[in-house]
Amino acid sequence: MNFELTEERQMLQDTLRRFLADRYGLDVRNKIVDSDEGYSPKIWEELAELGVIGALFTEEEGGFGGKGFDITTVFEELGRAGVVEPFIETGILGGGLIAALGTDQQKELVEEVIGGALHLAFAHGEPSSRYELSQVETTAKASGDEIVLNGRKAVVFNAEAAGYIVVSARESGGLSDVDGISLFLVPADAAGLSMVGYPLMQGGRAAEVTLDDVKLPASARLGEAGKAYPAIVTAIARANAAISAEALGAMETASNLTKGYLVTREQFGRPIGTFQALAHRMADMLIELEQVRSAVINIAGHMDDDAKTRDLYVAATRNVVGRVGRLISEESIQMHGGIAMTKEYELAHFAKRITMSDHRYGDTDWHLERFIALSAA
Amino acid sequence: MDMSYTPEENAFREEVRTFLKENMPKDVVEKTKSGQELGKDDLLSWHKTLYNKGWIAPNWPKEYGGAEWDAVQRHIFEEECAFANAPRTVPFGLTMLGPVLQKFGSQEQKDHYLPRILSGEDWWCQGYSEPGAGSDLASLKTRAVREGDHYIVNGQKTWTTLGQYADWIFCLVRTDTTVKKQEGISFLLIDMNTPGIEVRPIILLEGTHEVNEVFFDNVKVPVENLVGEENKGWTYAKYLLTHERTNIAGVGASKAALASVKRIAKQEISGGRPLIENPAFAARMAQVECDLMAMETTNLRIVSKAAVGQAPGIEASMLKVTGTLIRQEINDLARRAVGPYAMPFPSEAVEGDNQPIGPDYAGPQAKRYFNNRKLTIFGGSSEVQRGIIAKTQIGV
Ligand SMILES: Cc1cc2nc3c(=O)[nH]c(=O)nc-3n(C[C@H](O)[C@H](O)[C@H](O)COP(=O)(O)OP(=O)(O)OC[C@H]3O[C@@H](n4cnc5c(N)ncnc54)[C@H](O)[C@@H]3O)c2cc1C
Repeated sequence: MNFELTEERQMLQDTLRRFLADRYGLDVRNKIVDSDEGYSPKIWEELAELGVIGALFTEEEGGFGGKGFDITTVFEELGRAGVVEPFIETGILGGGLIAALGTDQQKELVEEVIGGALHLAFAHGEPSSRYELSQVETTAKASGDEIVLNGRKAVVFNAEAAGYIVVSARESGGLSDVDGISLFLVPADAAGLSMVGYPLMQGGRAAEVTLDDVKLPASARLGEAGKAYPAIVTAIARANAAISAEALGAMETASNLTKGYLVTREQFGRPIGTFQALAHRMADMLIELEQVRSAVINIAGHMDDDAKTRDLYVAATRNVVGRVGRLISEESIQMHGGIAMTKEYELAHFAKRITMSDHRYGDTDWHLERFIALSAA
Repeated sequence: MDMSYTPEENAFREEVRTFLKENMPKDVVEKTKSGQELGKDDLLSWHKTLYNKGWIAPNWPKEYGGAEWDAVQRHIFEEECAFANAPRTVPFGLTMLGPVLQKFGSQEQKDHYLPRILSGEDWWCQGYSEPGAGSDLASLKTRAVREGDHYIVNGQKTWTTLGQYADWIFCLVRTDTTVKKQEGISFLLIDMNTPGIEVRPIILLEGTHEVNEVFFDNVKVPVENLVGEENKGWTYAKYLLTHERTNIAGVGASKAALASVKRIAKQEISGGRPLIENPAFAARMAQVECDLMAMETTNLRIVSKAAVGQAPGIEASMLKVTGTLIRQEINDLARRAVGPYAMPFPSEAVEGDNQPIGPDYAGPQAKRYFNNRKLTIFGGSSEVQRGIIAKTQIGV
């Protein structure tokens, strides 16, 4: 075993860390969060140039990475800086699904994605599906040479900026059947597609997307009809690796801010870190943080295993990340006192990102249940 | 011992319920329910409704115009208000300054200020904390120097809740720098319209404007605005803090919040069945309900020991620690219960004329979760409360 990053990944980590420390401070981030777009096109372009998106794809796909550890290396750094730009949506979900299932022609989009010119979104979840990946009510019906989509998609991250939206829809089967789900590459300006956008608690934007008789040529289908489910689960497993690593990065920053504050903030004539009631809790945070670091290594290292093993690690990691995330975000706020409650202090942003990551693709309890089901099977 | 309510208490509950049903301002109820920020007019209209009924000051003695209810009545009232989605009344005049003036104020101060607190004519805010003086409140630096018939006040207060609406602020100020820090503090009443006062907003992490910074630059305060004796302010401040903690357990609010989580969990379908049947979620919810049932009795036990107009002692610290933990746990359950729809940011999701994003109960949950992190920080943090308990109980 070897727990060192490869030289290439180490370089990528250093480059990202330096760039973001330099360019993504509190003021910049707050401005981006408050902007109408919810992300900075300039930062997006620059990060793409540094290889953030290319690292998420294999050489075969046109990138230079694509493994679990490439994903976690990139997202830990994005998380550490509190980056809100939607790389998961464009790179891992939208881009990943096109690379996995697309025809040669469809795959041409991946190059644009890696270069930073094209944004994507993945419209899968629906108003009542919560975290159930096989629950798809949106329908796809053949009508002559065309396919017609109807339905509603919920909390679609980055929908407004996307040039194409990868949409899941059911071509056959019942509400939660794993068979019968297909994916379609829908141009954002397709007739019948409309959206209501809004900002997100953690920064960035999402939208409720309505598909009302959206007509597509059969060539818009990604992969085989009705057989998209395994590819969706794989893409979301990779997104879970990204979410976990991002949360790890954010927890590192939250812990560092708290450590720093315990040393500098004085009450009763001494640094508050000298009160054992706080010092021991800080120690607990650091102990738990190491658990998260290992859980993230676990998810990354098992990304390319058979689906069952991989999914077991996904569930286990997200459960640990969720529990420790709650601990670190709540304890960091508590040990700071009032200052942590303000928008003008860094910690607030990280606490929100950590907490809200527990609402993406399954929360702590949901992943625990999934773990129970998978390990019993 | 007898755990049942008397016929009189049941009749009182009925009276409260009917009153609330018939008199609560509908728009305020709607806003409270959907987690929108309440403005000055909203809060005042609710204040006036209770004032007109004679119910605005449940724990004030009758001689000052209070309702002088006993602990059980206050508990019933709080619970009914919470279940009816009534907003809480603003505490600074009613539960903080009022009791201090009643005990330590001059006759003129009582005659002038108490009726105006009751009627809502004066809006008060609390000027205790400073950037350098939070838990260590006694280290406060805002300076008041006597010059003839006035004090000249210089310095800064912070975290001033709803200071943007206030007509008056009660402040702890330093009047003697040569003695032990607790012995040089005075309690001053300051008109917010005095020249030299500037209020600057602080935006909280979930986007609300609830607290402020208040700056004092050579602010002239008449000496008759001193409460009690000069340099005895710390005694009054501590008296006020125990009162601040009386209603802090928030049993009624927690019961209402838990009932709301249950309603949500019945409607949310997860994995083909209602979330309320999900073992992990159900276990968490049951856990907090067991704790809440015990705390309700703890609260009644402790509060009924204190005479009318008096505050409980050390037990208030215990209530605060447990009550706020329970409340925060319920807020956490609520945000989980709404799943992905916890993420849309409330400014657009629940405010203004926009349609809510997702089910209408989803919008406020994450916002409430983050906002209520304050419960364990203000009014004496949980750590400070534990310190008080440990000090008096262990004696070290
Ligand atoms: C939303 C909100 C509203 C508020 N409204 C008002 C208001 O209207 N008026 C007003 O005057 N104030 C108000 N406050 C201020 C509040 O009372 C202070 O935040 C509180 O006293 C804590 O002080 P601090 O924030 O400076 O934290 P600090 O005192 O710096 O504490 C930081 C951390 O250290 C811990 N700590 C401190 N001392 C010890 C110790 N001896 N042992 C162990 N741990 C310790 C604390 O518990 C905390 O975890 C408000 C605060 C908030 C967040």
